[in-house]
Amino acid sequence: MKKIRCALIGSGNIGTDLIYKIQRSPVLEPVWMVGIDLESEGLARAREMGLKTTAAGVDGLLPHVLDDNIQIAFDATSAYVHAENSRKLNELGVMMIDLTPAAIGPLCVPPVNLREHAEKVEMNVNMISCAGQATIPIVHAVSRIQPVAYGEIVASLASKSIGPGTRANLDEFTYTTSNAIEVVGGARKGKALAIINPAEPPMMMRNTISCLTDETPDEPRIIESVLAMIKEVQKYVPGYRLVNGPLFDGKRVTVFMEVAGLGDYLPKYAGNLDIMTAAATRTAEMFAEEILAGSIQLKPVEFA
Amino acid sequence: MMSDVNLKGRKVIVHDMCLRDGMHAKREQMSVEQMVKIATVLDDAGVPYIQVTHGAGLGGNSLQHGFAPHSNEEYLTAVCRAVKRTKVSVLLLPGLGTMRELQSAYDCGARSVHVATHCTEADTSPQHIAFARKLGMDSTGFLMMAHLNTPEGLAQQGKLMESYGAQTVYITDSAGYMLPADVNARVGALRDVLRPETEIGFHGHHNMGMGIANSIAAIEAGASRIDASVGGLGAGAGNTPLEAFVAVCERMGIETGCDLFKLMDMAEEIIFPIMDHIVRVDRSSLTLGFAGVYSTFLLHANRAAERFGIPARDILVELGRKKMIGGQEDMITDTAMTMAKERGLLKDAAVGVPS
Repeated sequence: MKKIRCALIGSGNIGTDLIYKIQRSPVLEPVWMVGIDLESEGLARAREMGLKTTAAGVDGLLPHVLDDNIQIAFDATSAYVHAENSRKLNELGVMMIDLTPAAIGPLCVPPVNLREHAEKVEMNVNMISCAGQATIPIVHAVSRIQPVAYGEIVASLASKSIGPGTRANLDEFTYTTSNAIEVVGGARKGKALAIINPAEPPMMMRNTISCLTDETPDEPRIIESVLAMIKEVQKYVPGYRLVNGPLFDGKRVTVFMEVAGLGDYLPKYAGNLDIMTAAATRTAEMFAEEILAGSIQLKPVEFA
Repeated sequence: MMSDVNLKGRKVIVHDMCLRDGMHAKREQMSVEQMVKIATVLDDAGVPYIQVTHGAGLGGNSLQHGFAPHSNEEYLTAVCRAVKRTKVSVLLLPGLGTMRELQSAYDCGARSVHVATHCTEADTSPQHIAFARKLGMDSTGFLMMAHLNTPEGLAQQGKLMESYGAQTVYITDSAGYMLPADVNARVGALRDVLRPETEIGFHGHHNMGMGIANSIAAIEAGASRIDASVGGLGAGAGNTPLEAFVAVCERMGIETGCDLFKLMDMAEEIIFPIMDHIVRVDRSSLTLGFAGVYSTFLLHANRAAERFGIPARDILVELGRKKMIGGQEDMITDTAMTMAKERGLLKDAAVGVPS
């Protein structure tokens, strides 16, 4: 079967883990990996796994995009360079999946709004943050039953799973995730808290999602909705698991989740990184399925 | 052990925590009037720094940490207007509070900040410390749960914070776990690596009854800033009781510039009467200190104990075993629910409440 050919930008943990997930996909094929350091472990591994590589950044990839028929690119670099990467590749008709906090395109949580983005043929979609991917489906599962005045999420992450970029820019994580709880989750106000725990052995990613509903929660319907949503997420993140709850306390609904990764390139405790790469892969697959079916067509974007 | 070093004439800056750590002991329910009254007396008694925010600091208002009746801005504006000499500080935990909130606190009159991270995660604080310095604030790096890192490890973390611009680095005994020798080793390790002009602070909790002894040990090893709170109003068994610390300093010839009798009167007449529970070493707070658990977990654990029928001590010991750290208050309910299921007290994961 024909596959859509992809480029991975950024040869760190996320980019490297993506190779494994994309290689398993029935509709995607990883062809290029782009880095900036020839000696990086990510580029070396990409070469071993049969990908073409360049250490010259996105500019090293551009001359090959048309010849190699690259149609989807994943950006796992940083918010600072994403806009430029996206512009250059969009001009060549490549659709961008943004795993940085740049968020210049619409925010995407696959079980909530991916279909909408694919139908509109968005040329840049943003994957928010790991905590966003792990919690917003649950906020949405409550808000689709009844109005949510306030959604709050607490993400506990293993210290070893948090890279230097996130560490140095924690505020971006806070702002991006809080905003997405509102825009995608459907809460009128959102707040995100992150805790980095250094325990050894490393703890699994944990997420606690709390919603305040306007009216008394409809307990049976919320439970049913939350459990159905968990099944949806499990389709692409099998280690997404309910630990406790939903717990009802007046108008407060609380759900306690755990995310175990698949253990591809990243260890299982790094469920936070795995859910990002899995959600990004799921997103690319949806676009790829539509492209292969002929129902959408990517077109070069002209920038004024 | 403590009499080896002569501390006569040593100057120490005390930093009162009643209006921040004390908020935890009040379940975040202090009024603006109470804050203004306490701040005014602290100012009059010559306390040079006082910290004012929600117990969890900037951004603390949340389901996770409780909602105070007023915003941090409302408390800060009122207190900053009321005080004459004392500087007002705030607490900021990256991941919870943000630079926007720090700017807002500065605009209300705050001029000092503790930028707090877990004791191994200093590299989550560079943008916040740098921003505090840019605002011209007295900037402190605050290494929490310091018993969970070695002296050498803390020295490296403190060095990082100094490189981001911190003018003071704190050893923070959030669990009230440390003994004087632990404090001495940690402060000493920092003193060995930090620049001479970088100050060292110590923030204690009284869970093992060691608040004052630990603070003196810190001064012996080179600390020049001590966090304490009048009447010990703070999380767990409270902070180092400030008036008792000042009394000990007077006897030892350490200069704090504080008026001891005014502080004693304040503890008796203002602080003790507003306590919702007696802040002291009791079964639960001693468990925190003994097991090395974050002091703020105390009241949360008591509430979970009542709801799910698991003794608070069992929950706290389990949290210690799972190495939960400050900010993971959600894991208290989660842990209590898991324990309740194991003990047959809670039925179905998808129901969550005993039927």
